[in-house]
This record gives sequence, C-alpha cells and structure tokens, in this order.
Amino acid sequence: MARININGQTVEVDADGATPLLWVLREYLDLTGTKFGCGVGECGACTVHVNGEAVRSCVVPLESVSESDAVVSIEGLSQDGTHPIQKAWLELDVPQCGYCQPGMIMAASALLAKNPTPTDKEIDEQVTNICRCGTYNRVRAGIHRAAGEKA
Amino acid sequence: MTTTLNLTRRGFMVIGGAVGLTLGMRIPLDGRDSAHASPGYPEEINAWVVVKPDETVVIRIARSEMGQGTLTGLAQLVAEELDCDWSNVTTEYPTPATNLERGRIWKSFSTGGSRGIRESHQYVREGGAAAREMLIEAAASAWGVPKGECSAKKGVITHAASGQTTTYGKVAGAAAKLAVPEDVKLKDPKDWTIAGKPLKRLDTAEKLTGKQIYGADLKLPGMLNAAIKQCPVFGGKVKSFDADAVKSMPGVKKVVAVEDYAVAVVADKWWQAKTALDALPIEWDEGENADVSSASIAEFLNEGLSAKEAFIGNKVGDADAAIAKAAKKIEAVYSYPYQNHATMEPMNATAKWTEDRCEVWCPTQNGEAALAACAEAAGLPPQQCEVYKLHLGGGFGRRGAFHDYVRQAVLIAQNFPGTPVKLLWTREEDMTQGRYHPVTHCKLTAGLDADGNMVAFRVRISGQSILAGAMPQRLKDGADPITFQCYAPKGDHSISYSFPDLLVDHAMRNPHVPPGFWRGVNANHNTIYTECFLDEVAHATGKDPLEFRLALMENYPKNQAVLKAVAERAGWGKPAAEGVHRGLAQCTAFGSHIAACAEVSVTGGKLKIHRIVAATDSGYAVNPQQIEAQVEGSFVYGLSAMLYGACTVKQGRIEQTNFDSYVVMRMAEMPKVETIVMPSGGFWGGVGEPTIAVAAPAVLNALFAATGKRIRSLPLSKHDLSS
Ligand code: FES
Ligand code: FES
Repeated sequence: MARININGQTVEVDADGATPLLWVLREYLDLTGTKFGCGVGECGACTVHVNGEAVRSCVVPLESVSESDAVVSIEGLSQDGTHPIQKAWLELDVPQCGYCQPGMIMAASALLAKNPTPTDKEIDEQVTNICRCGTYNRVRAGIHRAAGEKA
Repeated sequence: MTTTLNLTRRGFMVIGGAVGLTLGMRIPLDGRDSAHASPGYPEEINAWVVVKPDETVVIRIARSEMGQGTLTGLAQLVAEELDCDWSNVTTEYPTPATNLERGRIWKSFSTGGSRGIRESHQYVREGGAAAREMLIEAAASAWGVPKGECSAKKGVITHAASGQTTTYGKVAGAAAKLAVPEDVKLKDPKDWTIAGKPLKRLDTAEKLTGKQIYGADLKLPGMLNAAIKQCPVFGGKVKSFDADAVKSMPGVKKVVAVEDYAVAVVADKWWQAKTALDALPIEWDEGENADVSSASIAEFLNEGLSAKEAFIGNKVGDADAAIAKAAKKIEAVYSYPYQNHATMEPMNATAKWTEDRCEVWCPTQNGEAALAACAEAAGLPPQQCEVYKLHLGGGFGRRGAFHDYVRQAVLIAQNFPGTPVKLLWTREEDMTQGRYHPVTHCKLTAGLDADGNMVAFRVRISGQSILAGAMPQRLKDGADPITFQCYAPKGDHSISYSFPDLLVDHAMRNPHVPPGFWRGVNANHNTIYTECFLDEVAHATGKDPLEFRLALMENYPKNQAVLKAVAERAGWGKPAAEGVHRGLAQCTAFGSHIAACAEVSVTGGKLKIHRIVAATDSGYAVNPQQIEAQVEGSFVYGLSAMLYGACTVKQGRIEQTNFDSYVVMRMAEMPKVETIVMPSGGFWGGVGEPTIAVAAPAVLNALFAATGKRIRSLPLSKHDLSS
C-alpha cells in the first residue's frame, strides 16, 4: 500500500509501484482532470505539480513518489477555478476541445510561480505541451494576462 | 422515466442501473421512453428549445462539439430567433436513438466538412423562431389579446397597449401545448444581436478545472477496461496469441480476440490491461502488404502521373493542345505524404451489451453513424441501441466517418454481458491505426503565350481517393469527386482562377494504407500544388505574385477581395523588416473564400515564421471571435503538417508510433496570426477547415522568396535549408 500526498491530502493507494502517477490519479483516485495523451512524456497532457515543479505524470512511477512529496493535480490548483491562470483562460476563451488544457494550465501555473513575469522566450522554453487544436497564441496571451494580474 | 445527470455542475452522478450523460442533459434511464410519447413532450416548446420555469433556456444541439465552437455558434442562431436572454442559455445533445424514434426531427448529426452551421442554419433558426411564436401566442391567449399586438425581447413578452409583461418561463408550459407553426419569418442578419457577435463560448469553465468529462475519462459502476493491439500491417490478421502467459497478471479478466485482426486484454484498470497486453505473446499473419514501403508507394503513384486513363475533374478547351503549341511551357511535380489526425484524446469508446440492448458512450463527430456501428456490431436493431455522445478531445475527421473503435468496444463488451467495458487505445495504436491524410503526387504544367501570359493549365493528380477507401458508395462511376477540391468547375470547392484551356484529372492509385477525411481534406494538398506552382510561374515570368494572381481571378471577385485584403494588411509591395520575406496563397474551400500572406525569415538554415495575415469571407460570420480561434487553430494544424507531418511506411506498417517520431508544432514555432473576418453576406461558408489550405503554401512561397528554394515535397523537415 503506497501513501501519497495529493492536493493536500494523504491517501493510500493499492497499486503496483510501477504504475505511473498518471494512472494512479485517474484510475485509483478518480482524478480524471489529468489527461492521457502519449504516455511517453512528449505531450504534457498529464502535467501535475510535484513540490511545485511541473512534472509529466505518465513517466513518473508511483514508487518514486513519497508521502513527503506534495502532488497537485488540476483539481487541486484552486478552490473553484480562480487561479489567475484559470481566470485569464476564461477571459480569453483559451480552450478549444480542452483536452490539453489541464496540462497547459499546470505547466503555465508552475512557470508563473517561479517567474511571475515570463518573457515570450521563457514561455516557449517552459510550456512545451502539445495542443492539436492550436490554442498556442491564446495560451501565450493568457500567461501574460495572468502575469499582469499578479504583478 | 427520465433522470437528470448533471456532469457540469455537480460532478458525475450515477442514478439507477443505466447511465447516460451529455452536457448535463436529460437522459432516459432505459432509452425507450425518452421521447415522451407524442403529442406529449411536455417539457419542450419544440424539438430545439426547452424553457424551464426558472427561465433557463435549454437549446438542443445535434452536431458535436470537438473544440471548433459549433455548440456555441448553433446556440447563438437559435437564441437569436428565439429572442431569449443569452445569459440564460444552456445546451444539450439529443441522443441518436431519440432522433431515430422521432423521425429524425433533428436531421443530421454529422459534424464534418465544416458543415455544422452552414448545413443547418436554416432549420435551427426556424426552430428558434417557431418557439418564440409559440411563447408569444401562449402569453397573448392568456391575456386575451391578439398575438400580433405582442412582442418579445430577451425572454420577456410585452403587450404594449395594456402594459402587461410576462416571461418565457411563466408561459412555457402553455406554449408547449400549442402546435408548432410551419411558416416562420427569420430575421435579416443585419438585425442580429446574439448571432454575429463575438460571444464567449458556452463550454469553457469545466475545461479549466478538470471537471469536463471526455470519453477517455468516463467511469461507470462496475466498469472494466480494455487495451487493444491490431495487426500493425493493414489488412493483416492475428495468427495466434498465448492468453495463458498473461491471465494471472494483476487485474486481468480476459484476453479476447477482436474479429480476425486484433487482440484485447480486459482488466479492472486500464493500466493493468495495457501492461498485460504488452506482455502478451502475439504472432501476426501480416498478409500481402508486408512488403509495401513508402518507396514502393511513390513508384506506384509516379506511374499515374503519365498514365493514359484518368478521371476528369475540370475541363475547359483543350489544355494539352494549347500547351503543345504554347510559346513557353513550365512544369513541376509536387507530392504530399500520409499524415495522422493525432487528436489529443486517443480513440476510445465504452460499451454495455446484453442480448437485447446495447449502449455506447463515446466521443463521435456523428452520433447517428456511431449508433449504426453499435447496432451492427451488437447484432441488434438500432432501436434497441443507444449512443451517448461525450465531449471530444479533438476530432479533425478521425471520429466522423470511422467508428472502428465503437465496433471494437461493442465486440469486446459482448464477452461481459451487462458489464460496461471501456476501450482506450494507446497513442501507439492511435498513430499506427489511423485513417490517414491521403498521399498524392501532382504534375502541373503551364502554357505561356509570347507575352508570358499563362493561357493554359494542366493538372494531373495521381494518388489515393478518400472515398474509395472510406465510402465507396459515394464514388461516381468509379471517380472520386472530392479529389478535385479547389479544382472543381463550381461549388464549395471551386477553382478560383480562369484559363482559356484547363484540364484537371485524377489517376486513382490506392495503396493499402486506409485514407480518411483529415481536417481540410483534399483542399490541403491541392492548394499547395496550385498556389506554389502559380508562384513558380509568376517568378519565372518576372511578374509580381499578387498581380499575376489577380489578373487570373477576374471571374472570382470574392477571392480577389480576400487576397487584396491580406496583401494590404501585410504590406505587400512595401519593404518588410530586414531579412523577412512574404508569400501569398488563396482558394475557395468549404464554401468560404480565404487568403493568407505569410512573413518568414531563414537564418542559418532555420525557418522562422513571423506572422501570417489571413482573411476569411464565410458569407455570414456567426461568431467572429470563434472564427479567429478557428483560423489560429487551423494554422497550427496546417503548419504542423507542413513542417513535420509525415507518416512513412515500412514493411507495410506506419513507422511513426508516438509524438516522439510524429513531431507536431509547439508554441515556440507559432507565428503571430492576424485574422480578417470579412463576411460579404448572402451565403454560408465553413470556417473550421478552409484556412488550413492556405497556411502551408503561403509559408512555402515566402520561403522561396527568402531562399530561392522551391519546396515541392513535404514535410519541410526533410529539406536542408542551409545551403
Ligand atoms: S501523457 Fe504524459 S506527456 Fe503525454
Ligand atoms: S484545446 Fe484541443 S488539444 Fe488543445
């Protein structure tokens, strides 16, 4: 029985230690906001925060996460969708199909936490998630807007 | 009996034995009594509109939302005619079986070809207008006044003479009992206050918090999970597999053959199913296509470039004769590779089967086609089946004409009567079992007169027909009419240049790789062929590419208008920033006229796309903000395809298995996009797809201006731009 700290709560999970954190969240904890896109760390749909770092959870085995690691998924980013990134996303109508957006939002919020006013270049380097609907320009504008609000 | 499953506000609730859900809509518990037996559909004003006592207006949407904004756009059209308060509007999907039961009252559910709005605007607006008339009539008869003296605005009905007012919610019950009027008058689009406005989408909030449930996220009580492997060579079969080797692995319930070409493992959790499937020894009978390669396909297509037999798509005069006697001839051969849709959400479907009923929950671009696939696989009449549409994590054509994943889910679920089973493909399956953008080669020839005017145009397309692979019943005497998108004599995909002598024909060559409708369809490569080639001719004859095009477009003033608009906005003819070069492209596709001007630079062999200006004339613009989003998104799709998109074939199978080998564009490469929405009125064009077609040729033409290199085969990533 593994113990992990997810969205501020410690929970027990009866899963094989090799199970990726993504599937622990989705199938054992019913946190399906974190998406499966590729399973190989390429697309970022599965991005969560581990101790504040944006991490691609499809390539993180459960056994590598300890109870002292704070895991935050999209469901735990804010109480009711009020994180500055979520508010900016709503104002700019960023999502299209929306499937990549939890990962985008987690990547963008991790970036802002470290770098409150990122440049375009820093955004390019830190937010490398794939969006097949093509929301990139609005994602960028959303990050700048959220940065402006926080600054 | 019906129950409400509200996914959107209260999370996912499960009531009773069966579960259905679609955007917080009413779902019948067993499907059969859903359509409150006629004449009693007591909750609805008519099929399109439900008004609740609390003034909530529920608008029924038959087409699927997959990110393109159709849900919001269609709701705007209904709400406009209904004259309701937009802030009270919510939406729901009627189910395909209910449509069947009610004589297809919502008509088509198909969401493809950028047709969601342009095909249904008339009858959805009539639905809204009829409901408004019924609500007014109900109020008028309660007041005992003529209904002609009453008016409605924002959900409030007023009888000006007596000063009485009431609301839609208060009279909805009475209105629902009235007959639906047949002849209703629609508003002049210039009087629109909801439609035509850049309103926010209705479906954003849940997408920001992880609450939006996609097909891949569905969880039903007692549900099992399945992972599948299909023979990697198209047309191949399973020879054998050793179920005993994995049956005691954690969670595994069963290893099942799916027809003769696939094997699935069913387990408690999907990750367990996938882990066991990876460990399962499978032997394939790869069949007759095991030796096919990209090179052998190219050879097959090349032969078609000079073949005698071909289907004619457009013919004016005698192009071959005109070219034979032309003062000068210019010729070039282009080609376009296979590409995968690569929707962010891999294919999936959940099925629950019993001997007399089968239900499917899935992302689909066509609920009715999904229902048909479900019924066929279940061996049941469609009346005993139901499909609940879930939000799509992307469609792009993959989830419209093909419901292979639905069929598989039903066949797997038949092994567990009464138990829902969710089938989810790995990305590797999604990449290697696609319905690919077809491959074509194209030889283009221009005949020039002594003054360098282009007087004859000859286009020979050789390659794959989507219809032959996907819908052979739609071939016309063996020919595939959609092959000629953007070359057709008239219609939604008309050619937009005139030549005294013109011939466009198609030597159909169908390799074994299954083709599909891929966002933009045949407009994508055909526009690259025409627009890059005409650019070649303009440069070869020393003409300005803008002036050269405009001179050939006199019969196409709407195309001229969009082309001039992008040229002007981009500053065509004026100097660009140091090192920056421009390129143009235009066409008519999906009923809209579009043009683009790209600005690029190339430094040290590296291309940078700085900016693209795009103009769209879709006749009417139902939501300009969503059109902008679609243009931006379509450029990502089109530029991704141009930069990296290629599925290559080796030993009969697709070589690219995930996003590490099938590379797609990311944020760092995304140019600035400026969109000019310029609806000229009088027609309804699509917006989800057309602009893809101009993205690549505009950039390739700018690239030529920058480097002198003419790119005639894609993707660009295989070309060296440094020398
Ligand atoms: S699913 Fe984890 S990076 Fe794609
Ligand atoms: S919004 Fe659809 S993949 Fe990003």
